[in-house]
Amino acid sequence: MPTVEQAVALGLTAAEYALIVEKIGREPNEVELAVFSLMWSEHCAYKHSKKLLRGLPTEGPRLALGPGENAGAVDVGDGWVIAFKVESHNHPSAVEPFQGAATGVGGILRDIFAIGARPIAVLDSLRFGEPSSPRSRYLLEHAVGGIGHYGNSIGVPTIGGEVYFEGPYEQNCLVNAMALGLARGDALIRSAAAGVGNVLVLFGASTGRDGIGGASVLASAELGEADADKRPSVQVGDPFAEKKVMECSLELLERELLVALQDLGAAGLSSSSAEMASKGEVGLDIDVARVPLREAGMEPWEIMVSESQERMLCVVEPSKLDEVLAICEKWEVNGDAIGSVTDTRALRVFAGDELVGDMPVPALVDDCPLYDLTVQAPAAGLYPAPPPVLLADAPPRDVLLALLAAPNIASRRPLFEQYDWIVQSRTVRRPEQADAAVLALPQSPRGIAVSIDGSGRRVACDPYTGAIEAVLECTANLACAGAAPLGLTNCLNFGNPEKPHIAWQLTEAIRGLGDACRVFDVPVVGGNVSLYNESGDGPIYPTPVVGMVGELPDVARAGRSGFARAGDAVALAGPFRPSLPGSELAKLRGDELPEGLAQIDVAAVRAAQEAIRDAVSSGALASAHDVAEGGLLVAVAESCLGGGIGATLDLGVVEDGADLERILFGESPGAGFVVSGPQDALRRLGERIDLDIFGTVGGNALDVTSGAVRIEATLGELRTAHDALAPLFP
Amino acid sequence: MKFGVVRFPGSCDEVDAVLACERVPGGSAQILWHGDPDLHGIEAVVVPGGFSYGDYLRVGAIARFSPVMESVIRFAREGGLVLGICNGFQVLCEAGLLPGALLPNIERRFVCRQVNVEVVRAGKPFTGDCADGEVLSIPVKHTTGRYYAPPDVLGSLEARGQILLRYAQDGNPNGSSNDIAGVSNADGNVFGLMPHPEHAVDPLTGSVDGLKIFTSMVHAHG
Repeated sequence: MPTVEQAVALGLTAAEYALIVEKIGREPNEVELAVFSLMWSEHCAYKHSKKLLRGLPTEGPRLALGPGENAGAVDVGDGWVIAFKVESHNHPSAVEPFQGAATGVGGILRDIFAIGARPIAVLDSLRFGEPSSPRSRYLLEHAVGGIGHYGNSIGVPTIGGEVYFEGPYEQNCLVNAMALGLARGDALIRSAAAGVGNVLVLFGASTGRDGIGGASVLASAELGEADADKRPSVQVGDPFAEKKVMECSLELLERELLVALQDLGAAGLSSSSAEMASKGEVGLDIDVARVPLREAGMEPWEIMVSESQERMLCVVEPSKLDEVLAICEKWEVNGDAIGSVTDTRALRVFAGDELVGDMPVPALVDDCPLYDLTVQAPAAGLYPAPPPVLLADAPPRDVLLALLAAPNIASRRPLFEQYDWIVQSRTVRRPEQADAAVLALPQSPRGIAVSIDGSGRRVACDPYTGAIEAVLECTANLACAGAAPLGLTNCLNFGNPEKPHIAWQLTEAIRGLGDACRVFDVPVVGGNVSLYNESGDGPIYPTPVVGMVGELPDVARAGRSGFARAGDAVALAGPFRPSLPGSELAKLRGDELPEGLAQIDVAAVRAAQEAIRDAVSSGALASAHDVAEGGLLVAVAESCLGGGIGATLDLGVVEDGADLERILFGESPGAGFVVSGPQDALRRLGERIDLDIFGTVGGNALDVTSGAVRIEATLGELRTAHDALAPLFP
Repeated sequence: MKFGVVRFPGSCDEVDAVLACERVPGGSAQILWHGDPDLHGIEAVVVPGGFSYGDYLRVGAIARFSPVMESVIRFAREGGLVLGICNGFQVLCEAGLLPGALLPNIERRFVCRQVNVEVVRAGKPFTGDCADGEVLSIPVKHTTGRYYAPPDVLGSLEARGQILLRYAQDGNPNGSSNDIAGVSNADGNVFGLMPHPEHAVDPLTGSVDGLKIFTSMVHAHG
């Protein structure tokens, strides 16, 4: 019999262990303790975040499937829905970046096809330490390689993403993957097991010892010195196996052979079976002796908690079992009846005829204690000032080139060229063509746009406002593509919530997310929480990553970020209120993080974004690009580079040099837009929102005048600066 | 023309290839399952991109032995038109239908990029709708696309006009010998290329230059 000490070693508290004993009326055996320790881990039970997440809005007119299933979904018309979700794979990637990132993609794709949607796109959100560090370069190279390896091999395009480089992610990198799927709305399948006597079928890869305890050992604890020893806890991915499992799942669903479907993710067979039983309010009997194994001599508890990848669990009526197994054989995946649905409301584990575990399903799924956090704003800043890399008195031209070359701004081409962004023939806007990726919908002029955003440094400055900014940045990107937001998914990457200042970051950020969503009438359709992102160096920047899906009425008019035609007028539009504290320039100068960011009038930003969106989707504008990291001049330079054409700007006379710097390089996330097009079109847009026509597209240089100040850089100089990440991938 | 597009476990671009074939006036397409040796009366074969059988062992090495490929090889030997794209090119080289081999890219990384390829030789059956020297904008996406053949074979390919496509100036994305992007067999009825013409058939998603390969095939068929 296990002891309380073993329970603690598995990540439970002594009090939680006592509660388990109370719930099952006896001491748990080895199998039961292994299952409980995972089901009651932070990763599976959300015990430190569930109460807070209730503050997020989850209702909306276009919602097709809300939180609680493997992925959420929104209605995009004509009977189609888009399923989407973002999930983290941070600690596995910090320990083994290639496989950690690869299986992160594999896991989120399974979530999508588990609800019956064909995966049509992947995006990724990455955070590393500064690229000057060898460890960061190693993590970057291998994480990008792993994402590409999995997505490219399985035939799902990686259409967008983002990456930031900041010191606090040095030890604890972040790898968040988002996936989208397309389905008929009436063909979505739930994961609730139903029908006493129905058969439980496990299909896909065989089960091995890889990834044992990943959810509790890796995902629910801080990173430490001995993490190389945890490499066996990282799963190994096989995209070829997943490709077959995906096609097999979709064929089984198309033939209407399944009662319920669920993927095996964290905690493997334990959590997938317990969740299916819980949702269906039934019991399940599982015989681990019938699970195909890739290693001899595996113990029942190991089979129950293995996180071997590329496996699915489904419920099948007995009369359809033969047909299900035949389709598994066609796709050359294992298919085995491993159990059945019962009315016991218990998860019973057998090894052949021997009962080796018997656990009430509600105790596993619902009875894990939920904790109230002790919240305390920190007395002083938590994060050291970044090291300065730019002199305070650098002239504006040098500042512009330094910003364009800054790791957070430089072109992502060396990364996204490692991803297939065209397979499936839907990609209307590729990376760097527009602020959001754009996909065409089948047999329709309409399309969807998708973006993923979240600057942890801004959230570190001000968790509430920073989280709002993450939403605004995402909606701004959709607006520039011409899309209206339909739904949001988020991944909340934070440090240890048992520490009051981390709890404060988490609480404030969720409050900000909720408030921003309410102003935009956008529901949260699902998401993921990743806590304990800390190392000996301290916590990561609090990093809520926001992924959004929007719709375009006419995908042929999807926006572009690059200037298009010589002679077009250039304008700054929107309630742009730039400030330097917390900006990319402040980072380059090594400024301390400010304690608080400027408040935002979210409703005014929404109105401006709607005006931009309408102008883009009506085809009135030649380009639209939101002013993000680096401020106005960087945004204009990016539009020049995107279109391969220069621009001449006159900003008028600005008396105070410091104020000019604020205008040129200050940030106001989601609120400012660089647009180009015919004068008339810009004037009409100016009737709806603040708009200042201040330049003309043309030539092969960016030429900026403000009174006596002149800033001039050729396209070649801009491009050389912007290509600063290329040497990371020699 | 009835195209047959092979589907192996691990194929990724077979549906895209079907869509491309169906865009050509007079073109239709159906999937050919790897385990079925019956070609179902098709008039041309496309071996599509992807990672057949996971590309384990060596790219294209396992796919070459699938039941459908035995039939495709016979079809090609009898003069049938066979187009191999990316992984399909690799499979056709493994099957001995095309000379040479594809090696890992010189930078040893996957590369996805819109590239310019020059039509070295315009003519039936695969480049009949192009002009000599015409530049086509078509994407590449692969890890193993560096075309290699021994020097004497390369010389013979050049001399016999079997090199149909070359990466345009300074645009070789993988280190291919002689900038080769696509080659045909000696009889001219089998053509393999690393760029993906099926992903350049719609102005909405990129360029339309790749469509010329498919229209050429239909027009050659008469």
